[in-house]
Amino acid sequence: MNTIVASTLTLTGLGILFGVSLAYAAKKFSIPMDPTLEKILAKLPGANCGACGKAGCMGFAQALLAGELDVMTCSVAAEQNKKDIAGLLGLTLEQKAKLVSSLHCCGGHHAKERYLYEGLKDCLAVSLVLGGQKECRYGCLTYGTCVRACPFGAIEMTGEGYPRVIESKCTACGICVNVCPKGLYALIPFEQEKAKIYVACTSKDPGKVVMSVCGVGCIACRRCEKACPHGAVTVIDNLARIDYDKCTGCLECAKVCPTKVIKVRGAQPQPSPSL
Amino acid sequence: MDKIFAIILGNLLINNFILFKFLGLCPFLGVSKQTRSAASMGIAVIFVMVSSGVITWLVYQHLLLPLHIEFMRTVAFILVIATSVQFIEMVILKTSPALYKALGIYLPLITTNCAVLGVTVLNIDDFFSGNKAVPGSFGFSVLQAFFAGVGFLFVLLLMSGIRERLELADIPESLDGTPIAFVIAGLMSLAFMGFLGMKV
Repeated sequence: MNTIVASTLTLTGLGILFGVSLAYAAKKFSIPMDPTLEKILAKLPGANCGACGKAGCMGFAQALLAGELDVMTCSVAAEQNKKDIAGLLGLTLEQKAKLVSSLHCCGGHHAKERYLYEGLKDCLAVSLVLGGQKECRYGCLTYGTCVRACPFGAIEMTGEGYPRVIESKCTACGICVNVCPKGLYALIPFEQEKAKIYVACTSKDPGKVVMSVCGVGCIACRRCEKACPHGAVTVIDNLARIDYDKCTGCLECAKVCPTKVIKVRGAQPQPSPSL
Repeated sequence: MDKIFAIILGNLLINNFILFKFLGLCPFLGVSKQTRSAASMGIAVIFVMVSSGVITWLVYQHLLLPLHIEFMRTVAFILVIATSVQFIEMVILKTSPALYKALGIYLPLITTNCAVLGVTVLNIDDFFSGNKAVPGSFGFSVLQAFFAGVGFLFVLLLMSGIRERLELADIPESLDGTPIAFVIAGLMSLAFMGFLGMKV
């Protein structure tokens, strides 16, 4: 009995002693924190997503204060909050075009499989096995690593077998762009007037190969290039590319595309009921 | 005098904490990529080892022994180590923010470095006999704690030197990175076993 009392009391005593001395030391060695830092931190989203390149919102706030980074580097914070932060720092806010992420592949279930993959249901894992289970070397691996990586829940799996970006939730933080082992995500202008269409394919294979591996990709037939009255579409390396500075959204290219790979935004497939 | 020499040489080479006792392997592999951070880590560990060596000896001698609760030493020692790491973190942050930044996450991680707990426990095992401190026990403990830290720093520096050169070496892809570091750790440990032949 004595042992129990003695050990409890000793450890409690030690704990209190150390606690008090640490508290005293914390006071003695305290470093005055810049009050602006706290105010900036309060205006940041607090998602600690790391899209700005810093370890978290605290790191970003410190970088802002030190003048290393621009407020606009944060793609997550609301416009009003950014203005407030700029006000705190005594800067004026430069407007940067708002972006949104989009998936440049629509293979999904259409894309043929090369081998039967039995393993971790993760794109990064399957991409290590001969570059993925799909016949197409460029296409979506369909295991939804991006869906899990998105800190804002802005990517969901569709019934077509490939994910889609929920544009209202996307903050253009760029995490999906980096995480996709096939590099299928790219940031495009957010306003639909500026970017009405996108090419849902990344394959640089010639048309014949594309037809044999998925049938829904860009076959580099150049009909879009010829149809575009503004010279905004060009086919480079067997893949149609859109210059959003020139595109007016007339949809001529989408109309002539034989594989319908030039997609109109907002007309995306519905989410899969199982996921 | 013989004993002092034995403690110094023993902790530095023969019974090296990393390569012979296999304590503190996490920072050994985690912080040994660059010589700079390895050196800072080693120095921080020396700090923590010496300060917790002193405090744990006092706690054991004046609290645990008289109250006959020696079995609580692990808990009590961890408490001491955690506190001294916290304290040192504060002091470094106050006195040298640059050093604090260089050490980064590894400073708080010293708390969980088993070499620190190892040295405090070994102090008790080595320099107490029959629940009584041997003559010169306190001095020996501090000396052992200090040279255990120096031995740790020494091996960390050796490893970081090798790994910095490895960056430039042509290594088979399957061995690149951590696997080759493990192989090297094994070889270094084998080499250090050779010191066992020294009789001090």
